[in-house]
Amino acid sequence: MYAQLVETGAKRVKSLEEMSPEEREFQLKIDAETKIEAKNWMPEGYRKTLIRQISQHAHSEVVGMLPEGNWVTRAPTLKRKLQLMAKIQDEAGHGLYLYSAMETLGADRDEEIDKLHEGKVKYSSIFNYPTLNWADMGTVGWLVDGAAIVNQVVLQRTSYGPYSRAMIRICKEESFHQRQGYQILLDLMREGTEEQKQMVQDSINRFWWPSLMMFGPSDDQSPNSQQSMAWKIKRKSNDELRQMFIDQTVPQLEFLGCTAPDPDLKWNEERGHYDFGEIDWQEFYDVLKGNGPCNKERIETRKNAIDGGAWVREAARAYAEKQQQKQQNAA
Amino acid sequence: MSKAMTQQEALQEYLLRLADSDMILGQRLCELCGKAPALEEEMALMNVALDLVGQARNWYEYAAELIDDGRSADDLAFRRDAHDYRNALMVEQPNGDYAVTMGRQFFFDAWHYFTLASLVKAPDERIASIAAKAAKEVQYHLRRSSEWVKRFGDGTEESHQRMQTAVDDLWRFTGEMIEADDVEQTLFKAGIGPNPEQLAADWKGLVNEVLTEATLTPPPEDAWMYRGAKVGHHTEHLGYILAEMQFLQRAYPDAKTW
Repeated sequence: MYAQLVETGAKRVKSLEEMSPEEREFQLKIDAETKIEAKNWMPEGYRKTLIRQISQHAHSEVVGMLPEGNWVTRAPTLKRKLQLMAKIQDEAGHGLYLYSAMETLGADRDEEIDKLHEGKVKYSSIFNYPTLNWADMGTVGWLVDGAAIVNQVVLQRTSYGPYSRAMIRICKEESFHQRQGYQILLDLMREGTEEQKQMVQDSINRFWWPSLMMFGPSDDQSPNSQQSMAWKIKRKSNDELRQMFIDQTVPQLEFLGCTAPDPDLKWNEERGHYDFGEIDWQEFYDVLKGNGPCNKERIETRKNAIDGGAWVREAARAYAEKQQQKQQNAA
Repeated sequence: MSKAMTQQEALQEYLLRLADSDMILGQRLCELCGKAPALEEEMALMNVALDLVGQARNWYEYAAELIDDGRSADDLAFRRDAHDYRNALMVEQPNGDYAVTMGRQFFFDAWHYFTLASLVKAPDERIASIAAKAAKEVQYHLRRSSEWVKRFGDGTEESHQRMQTAVDDLWRFTGEMIEADDVEQTLFKAGIGPNPEQLAADWKGLVNEVLTEATLTPPPEDAWMYRGAKVGHHTEHLGYILAEMQFLQRAYPDAKTW
């Protein structure tokens, strides 16, 4: 997940005949489902697309800590507090892990983070929405991590080896987060007061549509998808993944006893899928452009953390050098 | 504390001190979520916070059993006001810059480490087992915070200045941590708690050693000390910490589940 509208730099997909011998060999490996490893030759477009996608994913893990950090200081019980802290720690770990996968492609973590802070690169639009009540900690786990998993389960088969392996590890932890999130909502709906139940419905109302937007624009508006699919960086189209997510989520929604803010959501016997209403794409593009409720705050917080920590990192470097010097002098 | 304090009363009080200090420092570290100076530090801070809140839960659970007045571990954490909280003044101090965050951590970790090392040997099995698990975690906390104090002290001119300022500002909260009151004396005599004199000597020894290695100047022996946490007289910060931490439990008192 967490990657929307990733540029590939390709206007159209080349045919095998149009490719150079290296490109052809590369594409045949992809077609044969052989994983590409860091030391293998790869087209520049493939490398750059992956760097964009993995860095976007890593940035999303890190920025995604903020909406949860907003409630970790207010978690209502010891158990919920510990769960949320563990989840946040996992996300920091995912971020580190993904940045490492990205660095195997020759990119530099600090440079990519600078680009994020300068507003040059994206992270998932979902994290630009505020977390306004406690139930949001359940909904984020259930819907946001849920949407991420749908995407990431497919990405376990992505063609780039280090990314694929990162996804396998991350998926395990995300599934756990999703179950925990759903349990928060289920407990509130089953044993909560009227006010707590309203909290849950209000939370779902706010996160429903933004979660569907996480899969990116519809296929006919997704110019980069074709090349990404040919390289098997992407394995399923945005609309396919969105439909999968909706189909698996609606029964869970009904089990909670809640509703979605979509009057057109209903089972279509003929298609064997749920039909759903039109997404507000204007809102999606606005948020991507920086005009979401929290875009400004999220980036400011991250930038202040890293800029404000410059003296800390500088001190650590200076100390390490002095220690090294001492050891050399002693030797 | 009256002179007629029983060992049982002392123990309940002491467990709340341990739990509350863990809880409040864990809470302070939670405030830093997403704001650490590096992603690795993000992980480490949350890791330490998780350990502390986990330890707090263990102590609260035991305290709730001994107090036995119908209150749960959650009630003890989320339904007591500041004057009933017994955490050290040190841990409620604001995060400040990273030198303050690490200085506060180091002063507390050093106390925590020697305290747990003693509690591991307590004849009360419950205490010994909670302490044994915690001691392993705190050994790492102490190593990490000592390392940061040294990095800052002996790093750059700026970091040295910041670290010295943090040490000087936080020093006044160290006194009460290593001065035993009736509660601690009672438990020591009962063979449960640490030897107060030994604890103070160990703490001072380690702190001096680390500060010296960090090229920092330890504050004077007769520096003025701020006291009060052991009888519920806190700094102004604690009220705000609890207002945030206990918000949901206070706003929805009828809620039976979360």
